[in-house]
Amino acid sequence: MSTQVNVEALPVSPPAASRRRAPRWWRAVLAIRHSTTATVGVAIVLVWVVLAVLAPLLAPYAPNVTDLAALAHTTPSRAHWLGTDHLGRDIASRILWGARPVLEIAPLAVLGATALGSLLGLAAGYKRGWLDLAVTRACDIVLSFPVIILYMIILTHFGSSAWNIIGVLTLTKAPIIARIVRGLTLDLREREYVAAAKMRGESTLYIMLVEILPNARGPLIVDMCLRTGYNIIIIGVLGFLGIGLPPPDPDWGGMVKDTYGMMMVWPHMALFPCAAISSLVVGFNLLAVGLRELGGRD
Amino acid sequence: MTEPLLALQDLSIAYDGRRGETRVVRGVSLALHAGEALGLVGESGCGKSTVALSIVRYLGRGGRIAGGRILFEGRDLATLDAAALRDLRGRRIAMVYQDPMASLNPVMTVGRQLMEVPMIHDGAGAAAARARALTMLGEVKLADPEAVMERYPHQLSGGQQQRIVIAMALIAEPALLIMDEPTTGLDVTVEAAVLDLVRELRRRHHSSILFISHNLGTVAGVCDRIGVMYRGELVEDGPVRRIFGDPRHPYTRGLLDCLPTLGRDKRHAPLVPIPGQLEPPYVRATGCGFASRCAHVEPARCTAGPIPLTPFAAEHRVACVRAAELPTYARRLVERAPAVAATAAAPVIATEHLGKVYEPRRRLLGRRRWPVRALNDVDLAAARRQTLAIVGESGCGKSTLAKVLVGIEVASQGRVMLDGTEVGRLGIDRRGRELKRKLQMVFQNPESTLNPSHTVGYAIGRALRRLRDRPPGNLDAAVARLLETVKLAPEMAARMPRQLSGGEKQRVAIARALASDPDVVVADEPVSALDVSVQAAIINLLNELQASHGTTLIFISHDLSVVRYLADHVAVMYLGSVLEHGPVERVFTPPYHPYTEALLAAVPVLDPDRAGARVVLQGTIPRAREVPRGCPLATRCLRKVGAICDDTPPPVQRLPGDHRILCHIPAAELLTLQAVV
Amino acid sequence: MARFAVKHLVFLLLTLFVVSFLVFALNEFSPGDVARKELGAYATQDQVEALTKRLGLDRPLLVRYVEYMGKAAVGDLGTSARYKAPVLTVIVKHLANTALLAALAFACIVPLSMVLGIAAGMRESSRLDRAILLFSTVMASIPEFALGVFLVSVFVVWLGWLPGTATLAAGGGWSVGAQLVLPVAVIVLFDAGYVISMIRASMVEVMQRPYIRTAVLKGMPFHRVIFRHAARNAMINPITVILLQINYLVAGVVVVETVFAYPGFGRMMLEAALFKDIALVEAGALVAVGLAVVTNILGDVAYMVLDPRIRA
Repeated sequence: MSTQVNVEALPVSPPAASRRRAPRWWRAVLAIRHSTTATVGVAIVLVWVVLAVLAPLLAPYAPNVTDLAALAHTTPSRAHWLGTDHLGRDIASRILWGARPVLEIAPLAVLGATALGSLLGLAAGYKRGWLDLAVTRACDIVLSFPVIILYMIILTHFGSSAWNIIGVLTLTKAPIIARIVRGLTLDLREREYVAAAKMRGESTLYIMLVEILPNARGPLIVDMCLRTGYNIIIIGVLGFLGIGLPPPDPDWGGMVKDTYGMMMVWPHMALFPCAAISSLVVGFNLLAVGLRELGGRD
Repeated sequence: MTEPLLALQDLSIAYDGRRGETRVVRGVSLALHAGEALGLVGESGCGKSTVALSIVRYLGRGGRIAGGRILFEGRDLATLDAAALRDLRGRRIAMVYQDPMASLNPVMTVGRQLMEVPMIHDGAGAAAARARALTMLGEVKLADPEAVMERYPHQLSGGQQQRIVIAMALIAEPALLIMDEPTTGLDVTVEAAVLDLVRELRRRHHSSILFISHNLGTVAGVCDRIGVMYRGELVEDGPVRRIFGDPRHPYTRGLLDCLPTLGRDKRHAPLVPIPGQLEPPYVRATGCGFASRCAHVEPARCTAGPIPLTPFAAEHRVACVRAAELPTYARRLVERAPAVAATAAAPVIATEHLGKVYEPRRRLLGRRRWPVRALNDVDLAAARRQTLAIVGESGCGKSTLAKVLVGIEVASQGRVMLDGTEVGRLGIDRRGRELKRKLQMVFQNPESTLNPSHTVGYAIGRALRRLRDRPPGNLDAAVARLLETVKLAPEMAARMPRQLSGGEKQRVAIARALASDPDVVVADEPVSALDVSVQAAIINLLNELQASHGTTLIFISHDLSVVRYLADHVAVMYLGSVLEHGPVERVFTPPYHPYTEALLAAVPVLDPDRAGARVVLQGTIPRAREVPRGCPLATRCLRKVGAICDDTPPPVQRLPGDHRILCHIPAAELLTLQAVV
Repeated sequence: MARFAVKHLVFLLLTLFVVSFLVFALNEFSPGDVARKELGAYATQDQVEALTKRLGLDRPLLVRYVEYMGKAAVGDLGTSARYKAPVLTVIVKHLANTALLAALAFACIVPLSMVLGIAAGMRESSRLDRAILLFSTVMASIPEFALGVFLVSVFVVWLGWLPGTATLAAGGGWSVGAQLVLPVAVIVLFDAGYVISMIRASMVEVMQRPYIRTAVLKGMPFHRVIFRHAARNAMINPITVILLQINYLVAGVVVVETVFAYPGFGRMMLEAALFKDIALVEAGALVAVGLAVVTNILGDVAYMVLDPRIRA
């Protein structure tokens, strides 16, 4: 008697098939709560985002208005919670308003660098050959160069507007991402599902974007958080060196540049913007570290 | 009864994870006496490796002994402090691992790694340690020990690396040797040589061995007693002969029923896979862990409470309430309708004088690299509904052959004819859709055969969309139909690959390959990475699908038992050449090519009494760049005739029944060889 | 080995030419600008054109570039408009100052990050690891100028133990050593944060390798496992990173130099760029690129020395 048991029609783990499940990306976001580090990081970032968005409502004064009365007494007081700077402008308001350009420019630059870097890395890692050689060498060259010098030269020549800064940040950060994506692509292209896609006659672009790129998500997202942190530092540094956004708009780095010379007398003027920028970057870096842990743990 | 060397008493091991505590080993009790070799077998996830690591207390993060004791030479190992533990490891208990390349430090010479052991444990000076290391290298039969001492691990072959690991384990003369899947991942002939070595070393040093493996045949060849584990529990243990002769636990019987052996034939006895699924470790029912899959289950008795390991006969213990009630074990034979005879018509796919040479990339300033001849004059053919198997060890060219057939690589010489069209020079990009449709592939590794970011339904649906002449009206319905063909529920379409088991993933891969209703399916080691019981199910599936769809199957494998079971024709490859080719019955009986003989002799067989010819090839498989001019086997053949084997390529001897052998020894003489199986 | 050297030399030269050409082109693309910068903002168009012709600036870009490189090869890098001195002299003076700072910082960073990185990575998730990870993450998050501000407010404003500037001028009452403490501290803290996390990550990965399990199960004491087996493997990847830090230390520390008014290379470059001192900018870029490629090569050599698998 022939017994062919219909075995595999049994489900593996009991899925909650009847219950409507939340979309995958949302569940991934919620998973952050499993890591304390990531939770703290994301909390810090969210606080700043809220502060930046609500700056017009929260800031007690307009950021560029000088309060002549306060010039005699610039340290923190009831009228000015964080004090005023050497021109009598309220520091708290300037910090709140200053969060906006930072939180606009840094993420945009990261997105640009990720898009450009991913395309380059995918193309180099997948097609290999002369394209790979050219891209890798170009990336090596850009990466070995101390970028500050590059910024100095380019921004002094073309001027520093927000878009110029985004542009130069994109160009200098793309190679790092390209290198990461290239490494991942070199590994992923050997996977059997890529061979299966080729056997279906899928185009190169499809394979790169649909088969390979989604599986590079994890390390890419971690790196994007790190890049955002670094970009914020660089924006601060550019402001500090005098080649950042033009005055009088508040720019955290610029605020420090204007006031650190007076530190012996009024340290608070430089300290508060420094604390602001440091805390924001700490937030992004903690988020990156936490995400990396989560990725490793699963 | 003397005190056992190693005694596990009701040992339980748990891991703390996100879901809380998971018991991966439950209540295992066994004893190993001095000089004895005990095998521990089971499929993946059964806990056998965990037991081994717990003995040396290397459980990793989150793992701990949750109950019971481990007694070694009378001492409870769980109570040892760090210093005592260090003293024990390496000196009294030594371990040999599965992946020898990864187990050796890549930046330290092999000699230094060997010398460390006597230097730490016996306080030996460098000169004395070196002398001992050299002696040990001689004992594990490594040629030119002085040179080997200065090598780095990546400069040695897999077999050599494993010998080093064994030498490192034995150099301190341990009382207990734990071997965790030591030959998994090694080629069959290399494995045979390593097992030979283990047997000899055991005799010489009177070592006690705890041998862990998922391969029952390997264990049978080395051990005196065997313990079978399932889902963390020891379900049966006893002398090897008893366990394989008349097992009493339904799981052990199920395992034996799944194994293809060299004497079987698909037309008379299909493999009987174990029904049901291996449940995840956190799902725990009361009573017998095997109850949900057992053919002899009686719910009232089997799921009432825990089932202890009770003695059944002398030294034979079983954890089954019905052990005594089961009939004597005999392999189940099931009558099946005879298979469709392969037609003598023109072959669906054939290769003629196929050659593939990998040219080194032209570099401006690089080292000179020699071309690698991966395939040499390969002639094969397969007709409709036939299964052609390609067997060989690493470096034989079977993967390259698969790539050329499928179009991922392009032939350098010769032709590949697919249904009358020459495709050898057409890479996959240049083949039209019709050609792509006709030839599909199933890959080896279930973990990477499906894109982890796509659902099952998407993967299959994409294949349907790209390769069918007209897009099917309702894609979901077509996907569901395909899933049914491979015996998966239609709801699987919404799942992601990480939610599937290895066997399920491979079924999806098969469904994907069948989406275009191909004439030929190339399967590259499709079951090698699966557990034994899952292998049986997939092999049966492939058989059925071939019968119902009329597909030609080209089955690539290194596992001769599976090939014997499944294939109609077989080609034996070595270093890019086909050394023997013909119908399975003819190839697996004399006259054989000396290489076929060695391969067959190397297959670990369940019958420990089998006194087959000892045909163990010495040396290692030469690298592809160093292929000898004459017969590729010349450097290792035990039946080498003389210089003619080195200089002249062997002639093709055509024997009756479409049987070809490439050898200088005349077929008549080969016929007189004793049968190895 | 010879092939290796030639390959890298070619890369070095190629990079030098490409980057210096780009910088050259950027600055001297429009010939009128160069002359205008020379003459100042009030020059008339005629004066600009006359000077352009006189300086030979209306010749093709490539020709001017080749001429520039030719002069550079013999050490004539032009004259600095700002310092009114030969560019070579200016660069050497500032580079020497930076070299002092860099050497001190490097001497602190390497041992500090190796010790902390290995200590953190050898037992992942231990309390020591978490503390070091937090420390390095926070340090790498605070921009150098902010670090400078924080340290100055503590040690200069509040405690008065150290000077707030490091102009290297002998007058003012502070020794050179005291002046250097804070700038070096800022650099070390900021950079070490990054390097520690790299080494830690590499160490964590190495500790999970099977050969570490082999070493432990051979009965080796833990400290021997770390030093003999783990550390060398763990350092293979970070070595290149460490060597690349030299680039940062030479030119990237412009922020620290600005905070402490230190007369270093980075600050010189910044002022040259702001002041449009073209000759200085071009020469400085050349130096920076040259250094970058040399450290790259050193990194590759170190990699080869450490990992026998590459040598084959």
